[in-house]
Amino acid sequence: MSAAFARALLQPDAPCPAGLKTWNGSDPAKRFAVYRNNVVVSLVDALADSFPVVQALVGEEFFRALAAEFARANPPRSPVLAWYGDGFADFVENFPPAAGLPYLADVARLEWLRVEAWHAADAKPLPLAEMAARLADEAALPALRLALHPSLRLLRSAHPVVSLWAAHQAEDVSAALGATDFADAEAALVVRDGLDVDILRIEPGAAEFVESLLRGAALGEAAQTAAPFDLPATLGLLLRSGTIIEATPSGRIS
Amino acid sequence: MTNANPHRLFRGGAAPAALPARGGIGLKPEHYQYILDTRPAIGFFEVHAENYMVAGGPFHHYLERIRADTPLSIHGVGLSIGGDGPLDEAHLDRLAVLLARYRPESFSEHLAWSSHGGAFFNDLLPAPYNAGTLARVCAHIDRVQERLGRSMLLENPATYVEFEASTMAETDFISEVVGRTGCGLLLDVNNLYVSCINHHRDARAYLRALPLAAVGEIHLAGHAREVDAAGAPMLIDSHDAPVAREVWDLYAYAISLTGPQPTLIERDNDIPEFPVLAAEARQAEIVMARHAKLEAAA
Repeated sequence: MSAAFARALLQPDAPCPAGLKTWNGSDPAKRFAVYRNNVVVSLVDALADSFPVVQALVGEEFFRALAAEFARANPPRSPVLAWYGDGFADFVENFPPAAGLPYLADVARLEWLRVEAWHAADAKPLPLAEMAARLADEAALPALRLALHPSLRLLRSAHPVVSLWAAHQAEDVSAALGATDFADAEAALVVRDGLDVDILRIEPGAAEFVESLLRGAALGEAAQTAAPFDLPATLGLLLRSGTIIEATPSGRIS
Repeated sequence: MTNANPHRLFRGGAAPAALPARGGIGLKPEHYQYILDTRPAIGFFEVHAENYMVAGGPFHHYLERIRADTPLSIHGVGLSIGGDGPLDEAHLDRLAVLLARYRPESFSEHLAWSSHGGAFFNDLLPAPYNAGTLARVCAHIDRVQERLGRSMLLENPATYVEFEASTMAETDFISEVVGRTGCGLLLDVNNLYVSCINHHRDARAYLRALPLAAVGEIHLAGHAREVDAAGAPMLIDSHDAPVAREVWDLYAYAISLTGPQPTLIERDNDIPEFPVLAAEARQAEIVMARHAKLEAAA
C-alpha cells in the first residue's frame, strides 16, 4: 500500500494511488494532493532555511522550483532534517537553468558548511593565556600540534563566495553586491564561535595551512604551503575566533 | 478491553501522569531567548525529537537551560510507526540518546507513517485500519517501548483520505493498540476535529469511542479551511493559526470526560510572539479550572 502512495507523493503528474475513498464519493485526488503538497512544500521550506543566500541570489520563485526538483529527485534519507541538503550544491551545479550563475553552487556549499558548523559538537576554546604560554617557547613552535574546533570547515572557491555571502548580511544588499568583483577567487573559514557561526575570508595559503592542521600536521610542517600567507595573522584569527581548542608540544593530540 | 498480547511490556494502559495537568507550548527557536530572559510560568514545553538529533550548538544550548526548570515532553515525528517496513533502529538509538540526555516527563509519537524504501517524506501519512496494520503498529510500539524502557503516548492522526482496505473504525483500531501494547493516548483534539469534518463523522461520538482512560496529554492547534472536489469542507492540519473556536468547544467536552490533562498549544508555521501562545495555554488552563469548579459544585 505505502509503496504506491509513496511513489505518487514525489511525482506531480502521477495519478493518485488506487484504493482511496471519500465519504461523499468526491474525487480522492484532490485530498491526496494535500499530502503531496505537504511533502514537497515542507522539504522546500527546509532547504530555504538552510540556503537563504542562494534563495536571495536567484529569487524565491526560481529557488522554490529548483528546491522542489531537488526534493523530488533526492528525498531525505533520514528523519533528521537538519542534515537535509547535503548534495544540494552538487545538484545546483548541474541544474541547467542555473548555468549562467557559475558561483551559485559554491555559495550553496558555503551555506551547507554553515549548517554543519551550526549543529557540530561543542568544544571549549583554549584560553588565550594558555595559548600564549605555549607559544612562548619558540624552539618548540614547529612541533606544536593544534586541535581545532569540531565546527571548523573550509572552502576554497574560484568565486567570491565570502563577499557574496557577506553582501546578503549587509543593510544595503545591492550596494554590497555592486562592490563585489565576480572574478575574485576566495577561501572561507567557517567556525562556530559561541552560539554564532562566523564566515571569514582567509588567504588561499591560510586555507591550505588550516587544512594541513586538520590532517594532524604540526605547525612547522603545515606552514610549508604552496601559496604564501601571513602566519601570525592567521594564528591570531584562529585564536580570536575560538578555533583552537588544544595545543600540544609534539606527538599526539591528547 | 482485552489484552491480546501476553508478552506486552508495559501494563496498566494509561501513561505515567508525569507532565503537569496545565497548559504547555511547543518550543520554537524564535522564542528561546525570550523564554530565558522572562522565565514565563508555562506548565511544560514540548519539542520535536528530530530537531535535537544533532551533536551540539545553539539548539542544545537553549534546550538544556530551558528544560532545567520546566517539565519537558519529547514528541517524535520520524519513527514511522505505521510503516510497512521494520522500525529504523538507528533512529531508535538516536531517540534513546536524546531521552537519556533530557529525561523528558513524556515521550510521544504518531499513528502514521513517514518513511518508505529508505526515503523520509516529512509528513504524517495514513494507513488502512485492518488486521495487518494493527499487528505491525503493535509490534512497532512494543519495540519502541522495549528499546526506550518506557511507555509512550500515541497520537491520533488528522487524515484527508480513507482506504478501501480498512476494516476497522479508527477509534476501535486505537483502542486495540492501547489495549495490546499498554501505550497511552495523546489526544489531539484538532486532529480529531479535522478528521471528523473530513470524513463526516460525529466528533463527540468519536471522542467518546476512544480509550479515554489512557489519555496522557492533549494537543490543540489551528487548521486551515479548504474544500474537497465536491465542494464539501476539507480541513487541513496546518498548525499555522490560533486554535479554532470549534476545537476549543470540543476540548472543553474532552476535559469533561477525561478531567484535567497536560494540554499543548502547537504552532509550527506563522509563529507569533510568545505571549500570543502563552495566552492560548492560559485559555486551556481556564477551561480546566472551569471543569474543576463544575465538578466541585456537582
